[in-house]
Parts: sequence; structure tokens; C-alpha cells
Amino acid sequence: MRDDQTEMSEDDERPPADPAAETSNKSRSCIDFGEFHSPFPDQVLENVLENVLFFLTSRRDRNALSLVCKSWYRAEAYTRSELFIGNCYAVSPRRATERFRRVRSVVLKGKPRFADFNLMPPNWGAHFLPWVTAMASAYPWLEKVYLKRMSVTDEDLALLARSFPGFKELTLVCCDGFGTSGLAVVASKCRQLRVLDLIEDEVNDDEVDWISYFPETGTCLESLMFDCVECPINFDELEKLVARSPSLKKLRLNRYVSVGQLFSLMMRAPQLTHLGTGSFSPSELVPQGDQEPDYGFAFATCRSLVCLSGFREVIPDYLPAIHPVCANLTSLNFSYANINAEQLKSIICHCHKLQIFWVLDSVCDEGLQAVAATCKELRELRVFPIDAREDGEGPVSEVGLQAISEGCKKLQSILYFCQRMTNAAVIAMSKNCPDLVVFRLCIMGRHRPDHITGEPMDEGFGAIVMNCKKLTRLAISGLLTDTAFSYIGTYGKLVRTLSVAFAGDSDMGLKYVLEGCPRLQKLEIRDSPFGDLALRSGLHHYYNMRFLWMSSCRLSRQGCQEIAQAMPRLVVEVIRDGSEEAANDSVEILYMYRSLEGPREDAPNFVTIL
Amino acid sequence: MESAVAYESVLNLKATELRLGLPGTDDFDKQKLSSATNNKRPLPASNDECRINDAAHGEPANAPPAKAQIVGWPPVRSYRKNSFQQKKTEAELSGIYVKVSMDGAPYLRKIDLKVYEGYPDLLKALENMFKFTIGEYSEREGYKGSEYAPTYEDKDGDWMLVGDVPWDMFMTSCKRLRIMKGSEARGLGCGV
Repeated sequence: MRDDQTEMSEDDERPPADPAAETSNKSRSCIDFGEFHSPFPDQVLENVLENVLFFLTSRRDRNALSLVCKSWYRAEAYTRSELFIGNCYAVSPRRATERFRRVRSVVLKGKPRFADFNLMPPNWGAHFLPWVTAMASAYPWLEKVYLKRMSVTDEDLALLARSFPGFKELTLVCCDGFGTSGLAVVASKCRQLRVLDLIEDEVNDDEVDWISYFPETGTCLESLMFDCVECPINFDELEKLVARSPSLKKLRLNRYVSVGQLFSLMMRAPQLTHLGTGSFSPSELVPQGDQEPDYGFAFATCRSLVCLSGFREVIPDYLPAIHPVCANLTSLNFSYANINAEQLKSIICHCHKLQIFWVLDSVCDEGLQAVAATCKELRELRVFPIDAREDGEGPVSEVGLQAISEGCKKLQSILYFCQRMTNAAVIAMSKNCPDLVVFRLCIMGRHRPDHITGEPMDEGFGAIVMNCKKLTRLAISGLLTDTAFSYIGTYGKLVRTLSVAFAGDSDMGLKYVLEGCPRLQKLEIRDSPFGDLALRSGLHHYYNMRFLWMSSCRLSRQGCQEIAQAMPRLVVEVIRDGSEEAANDSVEILYMYRSLEGPREDAPNFVTIL
Repeated sequence: MESAVAYESVLNLKATELRLGLPGTDDFDKQKLSSATNNKRPLPASNDECRINDAAHGEPANAPPAKAQIVGWPPVRSYRKNSFQQKKTEAELSGIYVKVSMDGAPYLRKIDLKVYEGYPDLLKALENMFKFTIGEYSEREGYKGSEYAPTYEDKDGDWMLVGDVPWDMFMTSCKRLRIMKGSEARGLGCGV
């Protein structure tokens, strides 16, 4: 669970923010140096500038600055230490490493988000290898790597571990392709490692006891998160590791750690601020009737805890143990905890300082009402479905949403899964929560209208874009006509990320958005009736976007080909999903993105680049 | 991406009576089982969930389940979906995990046999996992057309060729899988 500021709003980048962007905007054919020389190069000024730039960390400011003149461009390139690549195919490793020579920290993002939901066939790309290879020679002093939705192999991790003697922080989010063997190499070779955060990755079980590979004399570990690692962990080794990691502040355990084991870890690490509790249930080996420790005592001992997660297989009887820390909690993740309203209430009534709360809809509207009553500081709420099917039960509804809107006025970000909703509740939220930056509502039944009035959900979402002046990220659902899109185009002037599924009537819908939203960066659409005509209406804007994804819409090969021809700096991928060749001209998946490099060479055979 | 149809014809399942269900049971059981499996247990990322217009899979047209689930909808990551599937269905015991090794590969893997619907599914997954191709199967000659053959160790400690026994029997008797290479593989293939 991400709890730092960048992740809270779920949309941490600002446009245009990477080398590809500003170059494309200016229609330069390449980044060229030195055609124009000032007759009196002012080295002194450049030195001063470099010193000043050392303190400038904002990407957007740096990008703007680099456009002033060649000298500033050079100075900026020389002093940029944090490299952010929002799309790993927008720029090549070589180009990036040649421009920025002294990078200490790299953020790389690969696959588009819809790949998380099996909409992208496997082995599509986003390989870390070419990047780690280039960086191994270009950035020997690299300290931090953050990867999101990249394909990372054990060999890549081994190369990383070998190549950067000062390496400090590795964060892998939604990545796959590696296993416990890769983790073992990182643990053993990266002697300066402070952060090893594995968040929602798919980690292969190679049956390697990776936890035992950390340096025996002691570690500098500050953060160790492995809650997504789905294989048993050697608890003895883990305990010894925690004991010899005095700087450890953040620890997220996987579900193979029982509550008894958690207890002993907590007693060894009372300085923890962030804790992922593992299973929070007893191990099966504990005989019935044996005396169990007072788990509440462990929580009372860890006075600094502000962020709690885990509860992967929670037995609700054990929940009261967390009472001692509730009053200080700013972040609580119950999204794997199958608990009901009563069980939640007894906890949440103490959590006055809570700012981030993730929960399962098993707590029902009643549970959400309790949250609204207590958590006045709430900034981010996510309600996940315990039964993620279209025709499921639906324990939460507009009642919960309305309650939250009335109780949590400072809300900035919401993700809400439900089976039924009303325009009235959404409109209420738009008025009660003016600070909303992220609004993602997922009505799980496709094309479902307002369940009281029977009307489309147009007015609700319209109110959101109208009233929430800071809104940058929006995900829509339910029965929606082109009207909803016209609202978004008219009022959603700050929207950067838009997610559309099973919505709209005609090409006009997409047209409204492409023509109306100047800040649009990331647009993902599935199963909506938008075709070639609509696609064409975005030609003026595609270079300003990071990507466009359209799957199961009404696009034809011909239509996509026209776009590809009109825009040379756009990579237009037509992706075939499923076994059979498309008999006709229709396009199953379109994924297109701006790039300085042209068609990539590692595309698999089910990808055609037009 | 090869379809299940291709595999089924390659393996000639009908002729060798390799089906879900022991020899003698009819197709109805297979369909019931597979749709029940689809409803209860979303498959991991490398396999497809049940689709609405499923003609490509070549199964005889039967009434689809009450509401077939669409791929990737609702947009909840498989990891989350699966966390609760296991709890809800008590009848579904914990998976059947077996180690898979491949001659020449440095790392071995562990898989849950329960997530696969049958041999074609399993073989496809193995191909993806270890990046190789399995040849054509025939009962007499084993896997032709590739230097690899998938084998497994059964309860009695014997090494058998994958595909020789009905799927259900395989699931309960398989202790570990090994993808053999070269002559060893060929030796196993002939005359089971």
C-alpha cells in the first residue's frame, strides 16, 4: 500500500514530464547539441546555474528550464539526478543515459494499467534488461530504482546487484518475471541496501531462502516490504534479520507469518512506523488451549506505528489487539480483511487521525457510516469488493457513499466498488468534497443505471467534473450516454487520467473528451462504441499524451493506419488478443504512445506496429 | 498464442479417452466441471477467463453459465480476487502444488495443478513458463517434434510421460514434474 504523498493522489506525474514530451511538442527531430555557439561562452554563469540547479528537484520546472537555451539545457542535464521515465518505450536507454550523465535515481514505468486486469496478452514487453544494461555502464553510482509494471528477470536483478556498489533503494510495483532467487542476489550483494519494497508483484517461488541472504553482520535496512511474496518465509532467519536491522522502520510481512510470529517480531522492532501484519491469524501448529501472548502488548510497545496493513487471513477475534495504536494511525489497510460492520466499528471509532483507509465492502454501508462519523481527516478511501463479480451481492451502495461525503469533507481521493448507485449520492459527494482530486467509481454491473430513478449516471459524473475543480483523475462506470462525455469535455479541464468502460453511445463521446480536455495524458477505454472518426478527432493532442488505450471498441486497421501515417512520432500498436487471427479489419486492442524512438524492436508476434 | 482447439486435436483426446472424468463418463460431466471451475476459480494471469463469445474454443455449444464473467471486469487485480475465492469455497481445498524442473534451467518453479483445466492448459502454461515448445503427443510415440518431453513422478516413484493417464488421475498422483531433454525423453516416450 502506498502511503506517501505521490501515491495518495494516484496520479503523481505532471505533464509533460519526460524528455520525449518537450521534444515532441517542439517538433525537434532530435536532441542536438552545439549547432549554435555563443561567441563568449559564459562559464561562470553556467557554474552558478549548476549550483542553483542542484536544488531544483521538480521535473516540470527542470524540463521548462532546459528549453531556455543550450547552455541551460546542458547545465540542467548535468545536474539532474532523478530520472523519471513515464513510458519505457518513449525514449531509449541510450538516449536517456547520454543526455543525463549523473543520475542517482531512476523511475521507470512500463505496461499500461489495463494489463493488470489481463487485458494485455502476456510477454508484451516492458523489459528492464536494456535499461539496467545501459545504466550499469552509465550510472555506476546509481542508488535508487523504482519500477512499475515492468518485466524484470532474476538475471536483471543480478546485474543490478553487481553493477551499483552504492545501491540503496529498490522498489518494484506490479512487476513480474523474477523470483526469490533474484531477491537473494539483491539481498546478498547490495550491502548498502536501505529499501527493498515489493508491492503487488508476482514473485516466482524458486524455493530459495532469500531472507537468509542479507549480510550477517548487520544491515542498513529501513524498509522491507514483501507482503505480495506468495511463498513461505524462513521465520527464524527473518527474526534474526529484524534483530540486526536497527534502522528498520517499515516492515510488511506476507501471509505466511502468523500472529504469534508477528508478536515476536514486533517486540524486537518497537521502533516500527509502518507494519504489514501478515496473516493475523494463528499458525495451525498452535495446539488448542495453549496460552497465547498478549498481542495488545506488542502494539502498545510499538508506539510509533502510524501505518497498518496486512490482515491477510484475519481472525476477527484478534483485531482488538491493535487498539493501542488506533489513535495515532494515519493509514489503515483492511482491504484483505473479511470483517463485518460491527467488527470494523470497534476499531474505527478510535481512529480519529486516519487519513488513508482501504477496506472491503464486507463492512457494508453501516461500516462506512462509522468511518464517516469518526474519520474527519480522511483524505483517501478505497472500498474493494469481496465478491468481484457483476452479479454479486453488493453490500455497499449509495448510502455508504453519501455518508462518507457528509462525514469526510477533506476527501481527496476515492475508489469505490459497488453494485448499485444513484446520481444523487454522486452529486452530493461533488458538493461536499470540493477537494477531490481522484474520483473512481466502479459500478460492477455493466450499463447499470441509477437504481432509484432508472436514469443514466450522466448527471452524477457531470456534477463531479463541474464541482470538483481540482479533479485530475476520473474513472466512470454504469449506464452512460454521450452526455456524460460532453460534461467531461466541458468541465474536466484539469483531467489528466480518464478511465472508461462500457460507456457512451457514439463517436461523439470520445470526441468531446479529446477536444475538450487539454490536460489529458492517459486515456484508457474498453468496450465502448468509439470508432475511427472519434480517433481522428484527437490528432491535435496525441503528442501531449503519454498513451491512449482502446480495446474492444469500433476501430479498424485502416483508421489506426491513418493515425500512424499522420503522426510519425507516435507508436501505434495493434495488439491481437486471443488465439485466432482477426478475420476482418477490426482492431482488438489499440495502444499508442508518443516516442522519440520509433517502433520498438522487442515487439512480440501478436503486436503489429503500424 | 495457440488455442485450446489446436491442442485438443494434437493430443487427440477423444481417441485416447483423455478427458476430465474417468473413461466411461460422458461429455456432460466435463462441461459441468469446466464451467463450475470457471465460476468458482478465476484463473491466473496467464490463462484466460471465460469469455462471452466463446466460439473459438471449439466446445460444443452449451448454455453458458447464468452470467459469464467478462475478462478483466470488474477491474480488480487477480491477486485480490483470488484471496477471497479460497476462503469462500470451503469445498476447494488448498491447491495441489508440485515442483516443476526443466533440464538445463537454473531455477525450478512451483505450480498449482488445480488451476489448469486439463493437459492442453497445463502444457501451454509450461511452455510459457520455461519458454520452449512441446511436441505433438501420441499415445504410442510420446512427444514428437521437440527435444523436450514433460514427465512426472507419480505416487509410486515412477517417472511417467505427462498425458498417459486421465487428467483427474494425473492430478492426484503427480508428485513432481520434470521436463526432460534429449534421449532420456525419447526413451520414456516409446512403449509406455
